[in-house]
Amino acid sequence: MFVLEPRASVPLSLTLLVPVIAIVLTLIIGGLIFGFLGYNPIEALYEFFVAPLSRPDQIGNLLVKACPLIIIGTGLVFCYRANVWNIGAEGQLILGAMGAGWLALSFPEVQSPFFIVAMAGAAMLAGGLWGAIPALLKVRFRTNEILVSLMLTYVAALFLDWIVRGPWRDPMSFGFPLTKTYPDAGLIPALILPGIGRLGQLHWGVIFAFLIAIGGWFYLSRMLAGFQIKLMGDAPRAGRFAGFSQAKTTFAVLMISGALAGLAGMIEVSANIGQLQPHISFGYGFTAIIVAFLARLNPLAVIVAGLVIALAELGGDTAQISMGIPKVVTGIFKGILLFMLLAGETLTRYRLVRVSGMGASKISKGGKANV
Amino acid sequence: MKRMLTALGALLTTAVMSLSAAQADKLKVGFVYLTNPGDHGWTYAHEVGRQQLQDHFGDKVETTYVENVPEGPDAARVIRELVAQGNKVIFTTSFGYMEPTLKVAKEYPDVMFDHITGYKRAPNMATGNIRFYEGRYVQGVVAGLTTKSNTIGYLAAFPIPEVIQGINAFARGLRSVNKDASIKVVWVNSWYDPVKEADAAKVLIAEGADVLAQHTDSPAMLQTAEKAGVKGFGQSSDMHKFAPKAQLFSSVNNWGPYYISQVQKVMDGTWSTGDGPDHWAGNTWKGIGDDYLVLTEFKNMPAEVAAKAEAARSGIASGSLNIFEGPMKDNKGNMVLEAGKVLDDGGLWGMNYYVEGVKGNIPN
Amino acid sequence: MFDELLLTVLLTSIPLILAATGELVVERSGVLNLGVEGMMLMGAVAAFGAASLSGSPYIGILSGGVAGLFVAAIFSLFVLGLATNQVATGLALTIFGTGLSGLIGAPLVGQAIEGLPALHLPILSGLPFIGVFFQLDILAYGAIVIVGLTSFFLMRTRPGLILRSVGINHDSAHALGYNVLRVRFYAILFGGFMAGLAGAYLPLVLTPHWAEGMTAGRGWIALALVVFASWQPWRVTIGAVLFGGVTIMQLAGQARGWPIPAQFLSMLPYLATIIVLVTIASRGHIALGAPAHLGKSFFITR
Repeated sequence: MFVLEPRASVPLSLTLLVPVIAIVLTLIIGGLIFGFLGYNPIEALYEFFVAPLSRPDQIGNLLVKACPLIIIGTGLVFCYRANVWNIGAEGQLILGAMGAGWLALSFPEVQSPFFIVAMAGAAMLAGGLWGAIPALLKVRFRTNEILVSLMLTYVAALFLDWIVRGPWRDPMSFGFPLTKTYPDAGLIPALILPGIGRLGQLHWGVIFAFLIAIGGWFYLSRMLAGFQIKLMGDAPRAGRFAGFSQAKTTFAVLMISGALAGLAGMIEVSANIGQLQPHISFGYGFTAIIVAFLARLNPLAVIVAGLVIALAELGGDTAQISMGIPKVVTGIFKGILLFMLLAGETLTRYRLVRVSGMGASKISKGGKANV
Repeated sequence: MKRMLTALGALLTTAVMSLSAAQADKLKVGFVYLTNPGDHGWTYAHEVGRQQLQDHFGDKVETTYVENVPEGPDAARVIRELVAQGNKVIFTTSFGYMEPTLKVAKEYPDVMFDHITGYKRAPNMATGNIRFYEGRYVQGVVAGLTTKSNTIGYLAAFPIPEVIQGINAFARGLRSVNKDASIKVVWVNSWYDPVKEADAAKVLIAEGADVLAQHTDSPAMLQTAEKAGVKGFGQSSDMHKFAPKAQLFSSVNNWGPYYISQVQKVMDGTWSTGDGPDHWAGNTWKGIGDDYLVLTEFKNMPAEVAAKAEAARSGIASGSLNIFEGPMKDNKGNMVLEAGKVLDDGGLWGMNYYVEGVKGNIPN
Repeated sequence: MFDELLLTVLLTSIPLILAATGELVVERSGVLNLGVEGMMLMGAVAAFGAASLSGSPYIGILSGGVAGLFVAAIFSLFVLGLATNQVATGLALTIFGTGLSGLIGAPLVGQAIEGLPALHLPILSGLPFIGVFFQLDILAYGAIVIVGLTSFFLMRTRPGLILRSVGINHDSAHALGYNVLRVRFYAILFGGFMAGLAGAYLPLVLTPHWAEGMTAGRGWIALALVVFASWQPWRVTIGAVLFGGVTIMQLAGQARGWPIPAQFLSMLPYLATIIVLVTIASRGHIALGAPAHLGKSFFITR
């Protein structure tokens, strides 16, 4: 039988190779599934991953699609590094969009260029508070943050549905669930590149996504607070001995990721939709979880990971238009990718060693076991 | 030499022009679907219409569709993709595509957009709709004559005008033949959720309903009705095979004629949404009279009831029967339409009340 | 009237009972499986497809369970064989299962199958009020039997004791000579089988159709139920009926004209889950009965 033995040292090449191998394996398995279902595998993979990049405006769309994934992904990296499993980013996104929306709908006459900043602040506050709920329950009542944050996602979606159909519905919309459109000061303008024009739906929010990811990396790797977060995740007892508070860390990471998810929600609405409607997010909060793992919990890598996943999402549309492949296949890709990444994660730190019979009890000198 | 070159040039230009003219002869028409056609409901009806369009024009059009497109920014991207692929007429088949369609329409003035069930138009964006509520009136008549418990169960998806119009029209038909019956409404908050629809149907039956109606898309309600021995009405497509003993009749959306007439106008060069600020000329809202809404055969009911139903149907078709005419009160007793008046399209869109015969309040 | 409502509540609770009982055993062995939702959907689509092809709902039951087993085996490969992070692997399973079931089910949308018939137990089913408990179908009766067997197995048999000890401290269990990974493997397979049955119940009994994502979060509620029940099988049944009740009352409230907006009524099951999680967890010490090594990966070291 096979046993996992810790590696004495982890070669850097392996660390970099793992995501690449994971992607390649995903493509192979995906291709097999396509073939099994009767589609031409090569053509399908092309439509999924190459065709979406074949026009310049598609590049713009790729960045737009990756924008919320990168922002939320960065926040989730903070959480997961601290061993806090925030699954409710989707709900925090919705609350953030609602917070910004409240501001935009309350001040329809505003023209100040700082209004959008205020909206971002409101969004981060709302999202952060929604993230604080599972933190509070975890710290005070030891409830599992996975279930609480997930249940709150359903609650948030229903709350948005109610408010858009009721108190915030535009009286001029004939009873359809749409709020009034945001004032121009509440919209995120298109990003026009000099000499090229606008690429697809490119907007300024994309720049912020990059800045946030870089900022997140800096915070985690160069600042004491970031070190604290990582320590509480890797070795909580050591952290407590050093005087760091588990409770404060839990609150901090959940509120940071909630705030970032909220910000992503506000950007999505202000840049792409311009008003609130019952469905403003399409699973970004959940997809971002995969992005965080694909990035191996490193904020800089979140940029690349976000782009890769965004490409798969766009590919789902292209493949559907040209080959009739159902949209759900994108979910299958994402699931397989995550599986491969997790396996790769283990194989970087452990080796599979073959032992016979009772030899299982004779393993291992050197290296730490993960218990 | 120069003359030869000019001649050659002219020849080539003519050749190229006739080639592209041959290409241009095939009109590309694109469709955006909210769900997949297999839902046997809303999208299925559009798909049937698309196939009728393709069959009618044969080689002269090439139709494509994209399914499962969420309402929102993704829709705008998909619509642009259809434009990029050369489609010159694009039908977007759900209310939630209104803003994305408008956005893209402004960017491509040479492409003709057609938004189903919306209310915003542009010089190159028209709207098409069916008077679904007309079928509901006939349902109400049949329900009123069929129910013994005088309680009708109504599964509704979302409180939007189209659904409210349907409930009210049903109530008008119901009360026109049965002064004691009333409707209980349950909001399922989804167009297609078989489990929830089945649960809602069971609850309504438990609450005393013996005739059910739905403004949702799956056959779950009718199936539940069949099992429980009560009757109901199908929606969007003929659901008879799911409920042979329970289905009284079904309202079927018939989009084919609309698609065909719109594409014909494009080919003739007469497609237009008019010049006014609202581009009202570009709005089409037809019903039973033009076969946009078709009622399936009346089954599982006595002949007299079928006769009354047919009388109502032809009255609506010919225009002799006005569903919403004064005096009309809401379910709180307030007069909402005076005697002698008929509700116009604006009044229909602005319906934010229940008429007499419906229990409860519209959510918000 | 009330009888019919009670029957609807009972039927709604069966998938929760099945899935939560399975997950309970898995967690007792120390593994946290967040993939229940994906497993249920695979069970649902397999059951629907098999019943559709064969015409027999009984083959549907079997197929649902087997589909759950199949997915559980994949899960075990990763969390047991490769000691991957259980939370992330479970999520991957849910995403994968949702997508795969949607793909397999795409050609099945709009079809209907012959469901499981109701089996009225003689005499008992005629009783007023409690008669509804005896008007269920074979899978529902089976669920109750399985709950009883599970409770007996866990609490009164030696293998059950071993399973529980593995969840409480896998290193000690290993030192005593028990094969931790094998015990967990069987537990996960059982959990997958039950989740598959739970998913199968939806198209076989509740509504004979397939719809993408038709479990609508029931897998997550099942996870919460396990905590609510303090990891004890009979409490799972009570909790499931309560949650089923909340789901149905939301609809009944509308039919009766309660003035509360539908969306808030729809929120009730989820809010109830949170409240339950808080009350259970805060009732002294750590969540009563939580296997101490829940979620930790096991590595053979000594």
